[in-house]
Amino acid sequence: METLLDVENLWVKFPSRHGVFDAVRGVSFTLGRERLGIVGESGSGKSMTGRAILRLIRPPGIVEADQISLEGVDLMKLPEKDMRSVRGQRISMVMQDPKFSLNPVMTIGDQIIEAYRLHTTATKTQAYEKSLEMLEAVSIRDPERVMRAYPHEMSGGMGQRIMIAMMLIPNPEILIADEPTSALDVSVQRQVLDIMDKLVKDRGMGLIFISHDLNLVADFCDRVLIMYAGRIVEVCDADKLHEAQHPYTRGLLNSLPRLDQPRDRLDVLKRDPDWSIAPSVSARL
Amino acid sequence: MADTQTLRQWLLTETPTSRRHAKLSAIYQGWLSFRSNTMAMIGLVILLLLLFVAIAAPLIAPHDPFAQDLGNRLAPLGTDGHIFGTDSLGRDILSRLIYGARITLYIVALVALIAPIAGLLMGTIAGYVGGWTDTVLMRITDIFLAFPRLVLALAFVAALGAGIENAVLAISLTAWPPYARIARAETLTIRSSDYISAIKLQGAGPLRIITKHIWPLCISSLIVRVTLDMAGIILAAAGLGFLGLGAQPPSPEWGAMISEGRRFILDHWWVATVPGLAIFTVSLAFNLLGDGLRDILDPKASE
Amino acid sequence: MALTEDNKQRRPTRAPFSNHVWPILKTALLTLGSIAVTLIGLVFITFVIGRVMPIDPVLAIVGERASQATYDEVYFQLGLDKPVIVQFLYYLWDVVHLDFGISLLNARPVSEDIARVFPATLELATLGIFFGVVLGIPLGVLAAVHKGSWIDQIARVVALVGYSMPIFWLGLMGLLVFYGILGWVGGPGRVGIFYIDVVPSVTGLILVDTALAGNWDAFKNAFSHIILPASLLGYFSLAYISRMTRSFMLEQLSAEYITTARVKGMSEWNVVWKHAFKNIRVQLITVIALSYANLLEGSVLTEIIFSWPGIGSYITTALLSADMNAVLGGTVVVGLIFILLNIFSDLLYRVFDPRAK
Repeated sequence: METLLDVENLWVKFPSRHGVFDAVRGVSFTLGRERLGIVGESGSGKSMTGRAILRLIRPPGIVEADQISLEGVDLMKLPEKDMRSVRGQRISMVMQDPKFSLNPVMTIGDQIIEAYRLHTTATKTQAYEKSLEMLEAVSIRDPERVMRAYPHEMSGGMGQRIMIAMMLIPNPEILIADEPTSALDVSVQRQVLDIMDKLVKDRGMGLIFISHDLNLVADFCDRVLIMYAGRIVEVCDADKLHEAQHPYTRGLLNSLPRLDQPRDRLDVLKRDPDWSIAPSVSARL
Repeated sequence: MADTQTLRQWLLTETPTSRRHAKLSAIYQGWLSFRSNTMAMIGLVILLLLLFVAIAAPLIAPHDPFAQDLGNRLAPLGTDGHIFGTDSLGRDILSRLIYGARITLYIVALVALIAPIAGLLMGTIAGYVGGWTDTVLMRITDIFLAFPRLVLALAFVAALGAGIENAVLAISLTAWPPYARIARAETLTIRSSDYISAIKLQGAGPLRIITKHIWPLCISSLIVRVTLDMAGIILAAAGLGFLGLGAQPPSPEWGAMISEGRRFILDHWWVATVPGLAIFTVSLAFNLLGDGLRDILDPKASE
Repeated sequence: MALTEDNKQRRPTRAPFSNHVWPILKTALLTLGSIAVTLIGLVFITFVIGRVMPIDPVLAIVGERASQATYDEVYFQLGLDKPVIVQFLYYLWDVVHLDFGISLLNARPVSEDIARVFPATLELATLGIFFGVVLGIPLGVLAAVHKGSWIDQIARVVALVGYSMPIFWLGLMGLLVFYGILGWVGGPGRVGIFYIDVVPSVTGLILVDTALAGNWDAFKNAFSHIILPASLLGYFSLAYISRMTRSFMLEQLSAEYITTARVKGMSEWNVVWKHAFKNIRVQLITVIALSYANLLEGSVLTEIIFSWPGIGSYITTALLSADMNAVLGGTVVVGLIFILLNIFSDLLYRVFDPRAK
């Protein structure tokens, strides 16, 4: 499989008064035209990994890596100006809650058009047409009306579909989805996922799907990285997740109820301090 | 085990053994974080110094602040025996400054007592009783807030007559509404909390709930606000003094001293400059201290 | 309200007229009512200060040595024999008609005096707020964007000094340095003595009047007089505006939509000004209105330092000569402007914030 993104030995550090806190510790993985899931509990460094790829970690946070190469170009070495043309146009990101990730005082239309025109020379009318098209692609009915609306007038599910439309409109190669359905009602989660899946597949994009929900990731992705305390503890194919070896993954699996193997009591996850000291498992292919 | 513990360890424990222990520990940790704030410490030191100067004024002051010496009037800075020079009646400016610290502290202390207490009463009653009482009291608060403070204080002093006590009263009258707002907001959140319902079920009356449970919780946000307001109180008092509406001559009030020195500003600049620096230093100290206290007591508002 | 696909289909394209208009009307009436109550309260407080407090208004008019007959005549003229509430209603009636009585000092109607001195204050405060906004907002934004940097430290010191400095003292120091020592600016007053009344008063704003008359010498002179007190007031509003701007911006810059803007590949400049700043405009309007109101107040002391013939000087002069009508008239007018500014910023808030509709 062709490699889109190659991340090698990624560290994210936050200096604080009590010393340096390592949020991500030596994570390595590759991404092809596939759906790669990153699973972990909050604080495991999964979101930081996603943001570090886009170099969105703000000072005082520090990102270090041997390389983060996008089709052979090392993003770590790009000047900020060139990095801006990577963001949005080549790698894009959908965040958790559309209530916060859309600008409350700009119309939805303005925000989508802006995302498109940042990377193209399209006129306003062309951008408007393209935005309508994109909104239709994420199953928004009455897109003209939505273009004129403000984010607070949208429901969560619509907001997240708008977010997806906005992030995919410059036609990037990679989409990072950071807990894209966690803030949504259960009833619309599936719909949003399906729309995202279809668009990513049709365009042949690579997807990094970050979630705390092991079942969802196993269902939705091709390959899964399990992160714990800033490291990758295990890598496996999504359909072979139940064969996972690492005690943390096993612990997570055993703490979930399963219809096919009902049990009276679910296990409580026991943490071993050794897990956070052990070196990160590489997920580079 | 307990024998080998130092006081510091005892104070820094994460498992307090009693309520008092927990409280002392919290205060100590607050103090530690306050101490690491250099600016706030500077403010505190200046204010302690001011307090000392005010208390020990008769001992420190080199001269009688009221003793006139017309032969030696308007002596410049650094004159022998008059470090800060003398004013138009030949009085020693340094001595007047030192005695003026007493007046400043007196005004600040009185206003800092009257205004928050009045505001606390208004606010908790409005918040606790609710309904029409709340509407009326808050409307009154809004009306007072709608007035420009200095202008209202001016009008009050004009009606009451000039003098320190009237200036204090006027400043207090214009300073209480923000406290009432804060106290009301706190009361509203506390009133609806579960533990107040629990106390009610145990038969506590409104008076007991307000005095024993609501007031203590309002205190910390009021303290922060008062400290931050102190600078404003000092400036307002000095402003009234400058206009001749506060302390009356020959009282060595700093604002009045500036007003007196104003006539000579171009030729004998120090007469007005020195007391202004004193006002600036003290109100700066209160601002620094207030910022530091806010960081500890009210971390949410510190951004 | 969240507009979901389902209820959007079922909802009629346009709600019935009454449903639309009534809530707006109700809000408008409530707002008007609350404004009226505040205004009446304001007038009531000044009434109490003037009438109930221990200064005999009759004595103040007729003087200590007047005969009993004169005293009684004035007593009835002022309506002091009527119940207090009736007296208040009379007073309110007068105030509504902008009649604040006769100044004891110059025997002219107070309202005329105020109309005459007010433009001077307006001019001073407006130029002051202009400095405060033009310098304070960028300073606050920069301080927030570069939090913890040297520019943030400078902004902090500027604000702290502004919060701690007695305005009248800084005014004196300014006069001493820039007028007395350096001679860069004009001294006290609105214009130098050679330029007094050389141009006809059209607007009462001397910069505008001299410009209208085309008398550029007078304009320059007036400018050299206003620049120091205006920058002084500007500094105090700058301290406040920059501090508030900084804290609003910090709040917005940590918001998730800022990350979205960065993910889109937007330049930092546009992230700050097109996205974050757009979100604080509304809050800033309130801050500016408030600080404009504070300038009117700060101008009381500044006007005295600079012998500026505005409403601050007017009130203080009246005060020192126990001219209560003038003091209360001035107080009511300043209070009125305070309230109007509040209403104005409230209205703008509704216009600018899409969420307020």
